[in-house]
Amino acid sequence: MSGALLDVAGLGKRFGGFVALEAIDLAVAAGERVGLIGPNGSGKSTLVNCISGTLRNETGQVRFAGKVMDGMAAHRRTRLGLARSFQLPRPFHSLTVTENLLIPIEYVVHQRGEGRVDLIARCAELLEMVGLAGRGDDLPAGLTQVEMRKLELARAMAAEPRLLIADEAMAGLSHQEVDDILTLLVRLNDQGVTIIMIEHIMRAVMQFSQRLVVLVAGRKIADGVPEEVIRNPEVERAYLGE
Amino acid sequence: MRGFPFFLTCLLVAAGVFLAARWTENGYVFFAGYVVLQYIVLAIAWNILGGYTGYVNFGIAGFFAIGAYTTVAVEKLVPLPLPVVMLAGGAVSGLLGLGMGYLTLRLRGVFFSIATLAMAVVAQTFMVNWDFVGGSAGAFTIRPMTTPYFGMDYIRYLFLLMLGLVVLAVVVARAIERSRLGDGFAAIRDDELAAEASGVPTLRLKLIATAMSGAFMGMAGAPLPFYVTYLDPPSAFSLAYAVNTIAMPLIGGTASWMGPLIGAVLLASLQQLVTVTISSAVNLLIVGLMLVGFIIIAPRGIIGWFGIGAGKRRRGRGR
Ligand SMILES: Nc1ncnc2c1ncn2[C@@H]1O[C@H](COP(=O)(O)OP(=O)(O)OP(=O)(O)O)[C@@H](O)[C@H]1O
Ligand SMILES: [Mg+2]
Repeated sequence: MSGALLDVAGLGKRFGGFVALEAIDLAVAAGERVGLIGPNGSGKSTLVNCISGTLRNETGQVRFAGKVMDGMAAHRRTRLGLARSFQLPRPFHSLTVTENLLIPIEYVVHQRGEGRVDLIARCAELLEMVGLAGRGDDLPAGLTQVEMRKLELARAMAAEPRLLIADEAMAGLSHQEVDDILTLLVRLNDQGVTIIMIEHIMRAVMQFSQRLVVLVAGRKIADGVPEEVIRNPEVERAYLGE
Repeated sequence: MRGFPFFLTCLLVAAGVFLAARWTENGYVFFAGYVVLQYIVLAIAWNILGGYTGYVNFGIAGFFAIGAYTTVAVEKLVPLPLPVVMLAGGAVSGLLGLGMGYLTLRLRGVFFSIATLAMAVVAQTFMVNWDFVGGSAGAFTIRPMTTPYFGMDYIRYLFLLMLGLVVLAVVVARAIERSRLGDGFAAIRDDELAAEASGVPTLRLKLIATAMSGAFMGMAGAPLPFYVTYLDPPSAFSLAYAVNTIAMPLIGGTASWMGPLIGAVLLASLQQLVTVTISSAVNLLIVGLMLVGFIIIAPRGIIGWFGIGAGKRRRGRGR
């Protein structure tokens, strides 16, 4: 598909003999909000890893903003505007929360040669957005698992991406916090950021997504309007069992 | 403190150290002090890679000895002023660091460390078989009594050069810590995948670290032939260099340049003292005991006691 911001074609990934992803096609247009769901182990995070360059896919191709990503190091993809959060938070544990956000600002935003911002103010703003205001001087070890998820999201946002992939950023959050993050993501999207959201919380996915993609056992089994996709018998079967 | 005032402060402190050493009117102070200074450089150099990026290099003796052998080779070809020879030693060992970094890019943790140890063994084997620099028989280097200019005592001159190198190493290490480069190193040390995802070019930064670390070790080794006057592979590649150099940042703390500095001053002075009063054979025992002691009472080193380290000092840095 031409004109798509992200275009994944025939992507395949194996771990030894185990086929984690097979022939995945996925095109995401600029400005879209896409939900990606699937049972545990269906390959969602692996797909994110292949798109972002953390893992190498054996077959198929990833295009982002018209550029072929194959073989490109992850940091260059991030600099091109493709940021992701990790499902299991991976904070820089010897750096404070604020310093965690400085890394992508220094290495991505400044690298693009955009005007330098007041770093501390920018970090405070990001922390405020994800609900970590006032925690900037803490070390990640002092955060709860849920707060680490928020930090993970803030760090991905700090790179000021064109495409943000949030891998289960909301797991464990309270009802109110889920709503807060949803509002935040929708607002980012309004500002032009394309977002792929991976989530098990169906309420959040349905509320957020303009389009829903379903992975089951490494294959894409559905892709379309959320309300129709969840009524798809194949999707129902995958979720409810035979 | 900004970079330049800090540099001036370092120069003043160095001048103070030199004057104090002169004031003792004891030639041995320069002789022993040289070793302490050499270890400060080695420890800070090791820490650039080991402390900042978390890659533990066991091949210190390799870089150090290659720096020393560069001097032997240069002396035989075209005798040059020692500061120039030191730069040459730094260049050769820096290239060696770059090569090592390149060959071990995919290695992490203990596999990286073993590869660095192997590098040192290969370098030693190479030197044993290279007759131009003395081969296994070793090489003599004539140490002049005094420098050609100013007529300074040569040991004092070596001391002064090493003191200058300490200032350079401290200034560079501190500048790294406060720069984007230092932030990138810290990100690599904490989580390489997350660093990449945050835009950090991890491979390039690792190469910068291995090259810089190697270069400083080479510069520290370059004056060695003049200091010992006889250099052979077993002494130049002595494992004691690696053991001491790694122990020093661990004792002092790896999070800041102050750690290796304090650790080196403490451990190397103690070793020099013991060499005179008891025997040099006790040196490694001292290292072992101090390491065990500090791992128990100060796991983040001496500077960890003062809260220097994790969650750095960056607030208000205004970049
Ligand atoms: N590095 C790896 N080595 C081997 N197998 C892996 C690796 N990473 C993932 N897998 C396997 O690939 C499959 C897909 O994993 P993945 O993490 O992508 O699933 P997921 O859809 O994100 O699941 P979840 O909802 O639990 O996050 C799983 O069976 C997993 O065990
Ligand atoms: Mg997952």
